[in-house]
Amino acid sequence: MIDFLKYKFIYFLISFTVIGIGIFSIFNWGYHYSIEFVGGTNLEYQTKKNVDQEKVRKILLKEKIDFNYLSIDEKTVFIKTKPLDEKKINQFKKMLEKNLNTDLTLIRSETVGPTLSAENVKKTLIACLIAIFGILVYMSFAFKGFNYALAAILAMIHDLLVILGSYSILSYFFRAEFDTLFITAVLTTMSFSVHDTIVIFDKIREYLQDEGKKDVNYFVNKALTETIVRSINNSMTIIFMLLALVLLGGSTIRFFALALLIGTITGTYSSPFVATPILVWLEKRRLKDKRKP
Amino acid sequence: MRFLRSFFFFLIVFFIILIDLPENLRFNFEFLNQKIDFTINPLKIDTQIFGLKIRKDFKTQLGLDLKGGSQLVFEADTSRIKKEDLEDALNSARDIIEKRVNFFGVSEPQIQTLKSQGKYRISVDLPGITDLSSAIELIGQTAQLSFKEETPIKDQKEATQTPIFLRLTKDTELTGRQIKKAQLTFDSQTGKPQVALIFTDEGAKLFSKITERNVGKPLAIYLDQFLLSTPVVQQKIEGGNAVITGDFTVDEAKKLVIAINSGALPLPMKIVEHKNIGPTLGASEVRKSFYAGLFGLFLVILFMVLYYGKLGVIASLALLIYGALSLAIFRAIPVVLTLPGVTGFILSIGMAVDSNILIFERIKEELRKGKSFEIAFNLGFGRAIDAIKDANITTLIVAFILFNPLNWEFLPQFGMVRGFALTLAIGVITSLFTGVVITKRLIKFFYKLR
Repeated sequence: MIDFLKYKFIYFLISFTVIGIGIFSIFNWGYHYSIEFVGGTNLEYQTKKNVDQEKVRKILLKEKIDFNYLSIDEKTVFIKTKPLDEKKINQFKKMLEKNLNTDLTLIRSETVGPTLSAENVKKTLIACLIAIFGILVYMSFAFKGFNYALAAILAMIHDLLVILGSYSILSYFFRAEFDTLFITAVLTTMSFSVHDTIVIFDKIREYLQDEGKKDVNYFVNKALTETIVRSINNSMTIIFMLLALVLLGGSTIRFFALALLIGTITGTYSSPFVATPILVWLEKRRLKDKRKP
Repeated sequence: MRFLRSFFFFLIVFFIILIDLPENLRFNFEFLNQKIDFTINPLKIDTQIFGLKIRKDFKTQLGLDLKGGSQLVFEADTSRIKKEDLEDALNSARDIIEKRVNFFGVSEPQIQTLKSQGKYRISVDLPGITDLSSAIELIGQTAQLSFKEETPIKDQKEATQTPIFLRLTKDTELTGRQIKKAQLTFDSQTGKPQVALIFTDEGAKLFSKITERNVGKPLAIYLDQFLLSTPVVQQKIEGGNAVITGDFTVDEAKKLVIAINSGALPLPMKIVEHKNIGPTLGASEVRKSFYAGLFGLFLVILFMVLYYGKLGVIASLALLIYGALSLAIFRAIPVVLTLPGVTGFILSIGMAVDSNILIFERIKEELRKGKSFEIAFNLGFGRAIDAIKDANITTLIVAFILFNPLNWEFLPQFGMVRGFALTLAIGVITSLFTGVVITKRLIKFFYKLR
């Protein structure tokens, strides 16, 4: 048996460091928001031959298009601009073809007005809060104790902070965009985190109920030792899937898969190393209160 | 009894296999001097039972991001409409847009009204359509047809000097609403395309009155604020027919006919969002995700077999059944698969083995205590069920709230999150079934337990 709880200060130190850096990044660098949130136009062209980035930049300036991002990856040209209407998009394509002397295929164009998704984010937040409440109620009933539910939710919030923070770092260094896909990844992390915690709590509940409440530390360590293999194995299968997606999947879902990967890792980590110490602390407090007359 | 059960079992398996068949897989080869050429497609039902028509085509429905196409979002200008008429106006606007889209010849368009924070939008998905400009033009125009006559001016001199369209400013009561039908015809002399109008009874009466009082004077026909033509009335026209001649191309005349026939939008629409995804991008993304999924699946199976041995083989088998079953469900409902949906599905493959791992670890634990395999197997299953149940119910709660089945306005109503929630819920329920029920059967079968 491994004495997991002995090192709880190390776990908290790790969590605080990761979350701390993440929060620093959120406040200092924020995110690159996708056009779904700030409005704008995304244009993606496929070219027949390699084109010069400087040339495209000059055409953009000449056409007085207010662009804020331009990248050329082999034969794919990607441009992010302020909102353009379809007439301007067509006209710009013709200008590009004429000046670059090559045929272009517009493989994607997206134009979004700026106000659309702010309210969607708000609604998703409300949905999350209701979901958290639902989980609290269900777990309180299923585990016959509020402490289990509270510890699971706190661990979930820990995971949310980790994924939000680390994505901000990814956004700053690699231009990962804050988009609806990322929101989906956050939601997945949310449900995965609780899912994973419950499996461990189930074992703890079993011991604490069967063997009485004599030595919380001992039985929790026993439960952790027995579930750690399943936790790691289960996460391994998900991590295999996600790694395959990150490495082999298309470019549009790369950061999405990466966000999910971060979510899975923190979700797995937080169950034994964050949720469980919190639960132990809460349970010990409760037992102490009980023993007092 | 046992026979009946196996019969139903094989019937269901047979159906699932039929539904899961690949699409448009063509076989063309020679066998024993006979040319064989056929195409495999998933199950298609098209029959009649008790007079009830049943039609179902089990094909994977791909979202716009995978299939390519356009999405347009229009925002309604509600400033000039009464509050109590708003709901009706929006619904009829939706129907009219649907009609216009159908004229366009799009397969499986999706038209939805969205409402939030006092803003009313209509989103139109047009799979396979990449010509954005003409789609926006056709769908977005209000298409209010109106007829205007000359404003009486006393000074004859001034009247002839002002341009014709400035003189024609007086509204008549005649509008597009009194038109029964519009048709594309061709001028018998010049061969130029023109639009023939057939008025309703009310429209015919109005039209004859208008032409009667305007003989020898021009009349203006407007579509929204655009002047279509200014014919000079030769005589009073009875019978309820009229022709709009103008400098149309055939295409323009056709669009005009569609716009008039589908009726005028009860409120003006402004485009706020347009997306256009080329079919090549979607196809390559699907292919990459597919191979990534296969590779991941291979890794998971390898891991399970290496770590759990015979039990791992059984779990892998259950996993393959899970994949086949989910695909059948996706095709049967049908769930429109988008990129996040596919990712969710691939992710769920990783999650589906979770219940197996839980059960196997419990069985191993009991085995370590020195129990026989049969007892360990029964105990392991019984103990693992609690954890599996609680863990999956919480996931289902999350999926339920995100899916927002009652369409509450304060919860997300946008497709991406909902699609994700749906695939998540289907994944959880299916994996519960294959991970617990199917695995149990398989173990009993392979270990010859009773």
